[in-house]
Amino acid sequence: MADTLIPSNNNHTVDPAVAGLIEGDQTYETVSERLASIVLRQDRHGLPWWLLILIGFGGVNVLGMVVVKLLFTGVGIFGNNMPVSWGWPIINFVWWIGIGHAGTLISAFLLLMRQGWRASINRLAEAMTIFAVSCAGIFPALHTGRPWVDYWLFPYPNILAMWPQWRSPLLWDVFAVTVYALVSILFWFVGLIPDLATLRDRAENQYAKLVYGIACLGWRGSAEHWQRYENASIMLAGLATPLVVSVESIIALDFTIGIVPGWHATIFPPYFFAGALYAGFSMVIMLAIPLRKWYHLEDYITPKHIDWCAKLMLVTGLVVLYGYIMECCYAYLSGDRYEISMMHYRQFGPYWAAYWLLILFSCVLPQMLWIPKIRHNNAALYFLAIMVSIGMWLEKFIVVVVSLTHDYLPSSWGYFTNTFWDVAMYAGTIGQFILLFFLFVRFLPVINISEVREIVLRTSRPFRRNHASSTNSDSVTEPAGITSEPVE
Amino acid sequence: MSSLYGIVAEFTTAEDLLYAAEAAREAGYRKMDAYSPFPVHGISEVLDFDDARLPWLVFIMGAAGCATGFVLQVWTAVFNYPWNIGGKPLFSWPDFIPIAYESTILFAAFTAGLGMLLLNGLPRFYHPIFNTPRFERATSDLFFLCIEVRDAKFDREETAHFLHTHGAHIVSEVEK
Repeated sequence: MADTLIPSNNNHTVDPAVAGLIEGDQTYETVSERLASIVLRQDRHGLPWWLLILIGFGGVNVLGMVVVKLLFTGVGIFGNNMPVSWGWPIINFVWWIGIGHAGTLISAFLLLMRQGWRASINRLAEAMTIFAVSCAGIFPALHTGRPWVDYWLFPYPNILAMWPQWRSPLLWDVFAVTVYALVSILFWFVGLIPDLATLRDRAENQYAKLVYGIACLGWRGSAEHWQRYENASIMLAGLATPLVVSVESIIALDFTIGIVPGWHATIFPPYFFAGALYAGFSMVIMLAIPLRKWYHLEDYITPKHIDWCAKLMLVTGLVVLYGYIMECCYAYLSGDRYEISMMHYRQFGPYWAAYWLLILFSCVLPQMLWIPKIRHNNAALYFLAIMVSIGMWLEKFIVVVVSLTHDYLPSSWGYFTNTFWDVAMYAGTIGQFILLFFLFVRFLPVINISEVREIVLRTSRPFRRNHASSTNSDSVTEPAGITSEPVE
Repeated sequence: MSSLYGIVAEFTTAEDLLYAAEAAREAGYRKMDAYSPFPVHGISEVLDFDDARLPWLVFIMGAAGCATGFVLQVWTAVFNYPWNIGGKPLFSWPDFIPIAYESTILFAAFTAGLGMLLLNGLPRFYHPIFNTPRFERATSDLFFLCIEVRDAKFDREETAHFLHTHGAHIVSEVEK
């Protein structure tokens, strides 16, 4: 009995929109088997997985210790002090949220644009989004000073008879980030349902079957369900795209609405958004390259995917570069002595190293991505992605710290030094991210199986047999793609 | 007979499923459903299925979310707790836009996601179709078409024969 009749894609031309998105002789069954087995066959997780889980678990423990120390001592354990009351916690918050944004862009915006190449990377990009937002949320929640009353941020009728201050972008932040986290989780879960059903049906372990069976809500792949499902996915994508633009823009407004020199610029929201995508694409590359190697996913995450991520990283990097140039023009041509002084202070003040490293890491080095050879060299690309991530962190450092240390009054100038706890908490959230991500890799399908099946359908020539003459037996044994005629 | 749910045909490709569904529709069958490991485009037209309620629900709930967010802010800032902040007017509506925008998206997105599940009747952990032999492969590589007993034209032998002659690879009767 033939398992499938979808022909391989070697001997005919392929829809150019999906060419190169999947390699090897792939059928629905091989796709389902190879992608589901990452979850179902525990022996596919070797030493790298355990090492990363160990690192991640260690990081989470460090994070726990920082939180305990913070709750018992107060925010004074961080370098935050006058004049820099927003130190590393806000830098890290903005950085982590930004990383999440590329995930939403890949999953939502590319779906709206009907880009087939999102199929292989949308799941891991969305997971990256959720875990990055979970890391981001910790920072503002804990640096409020009294985190145990953080629920005051939400509007609810309370005995204080007070309502939140709606005119503050800091409150908009609370709403934007909360909605972003909730919608990302929902979008992720909706995307997971058909794959959870695949896991339910393929699992041999009874407990796994039960858990995946409950999680997939009894999905049975009915045509009626698929129609609403696709409808809902498109609408969710259409809602998530403007949402993601609003989140980083609102975070930028936290700065822009303040009259601090270096912050009070209209370029901030789009420039923050581009920076967010830039950091996010670098993170997608940093996750995808090792994953495809360790789990032998080269057939699904092909050089084409990596190449396109690299190109998107380059594009967003150019937008960021434009933002930096605009910032310089805005400051130096403004005629405003405080703005001029601030830009001069950034470039030649005590934090000059951070500024020029930022330019090197995020503007100069990534220009190598113009060269196709660099984009196809995983080691070089990985190196550039790390540089971009560091660069984007430095950007937030410059925005937050440098502006606050060099205000209008010389009497309120200062110098910022971080503490051990700043570094420990940042490292702790990186650990949390790694732990969550690799738990996800082990227990949920890291590639969207049902969408890759559609890519299989599109890379194979659609065909239809002559049913008038076919009987039950020959409809199975007929060699595919020889006597068939195209449908389209 | 009363415990029969329908007759289910198994196919190995999406094209076969689409072809058989088209033929069944031409033959006059109406109460059918197809099951596939990914959305088969064109099948909802063949099965004459088009539910436009979900987009409308999303639109209405999005508008409701926008109104909720905006009214909450106006009511609290202007009426329930009027407080002069920086000399700004109490009804400083442009400041209320971001949160109204976020609550629009929150309501609309959850309506899209949960509404989809609700209209699909999920979660539903038991369904007669799960009794079909090899149905566990409907989420991997096989395609199924079920003609249900409640169809007016349903006939145990004739329907099975019809499916056999239209590319079905295995035809089975499925109990409720």
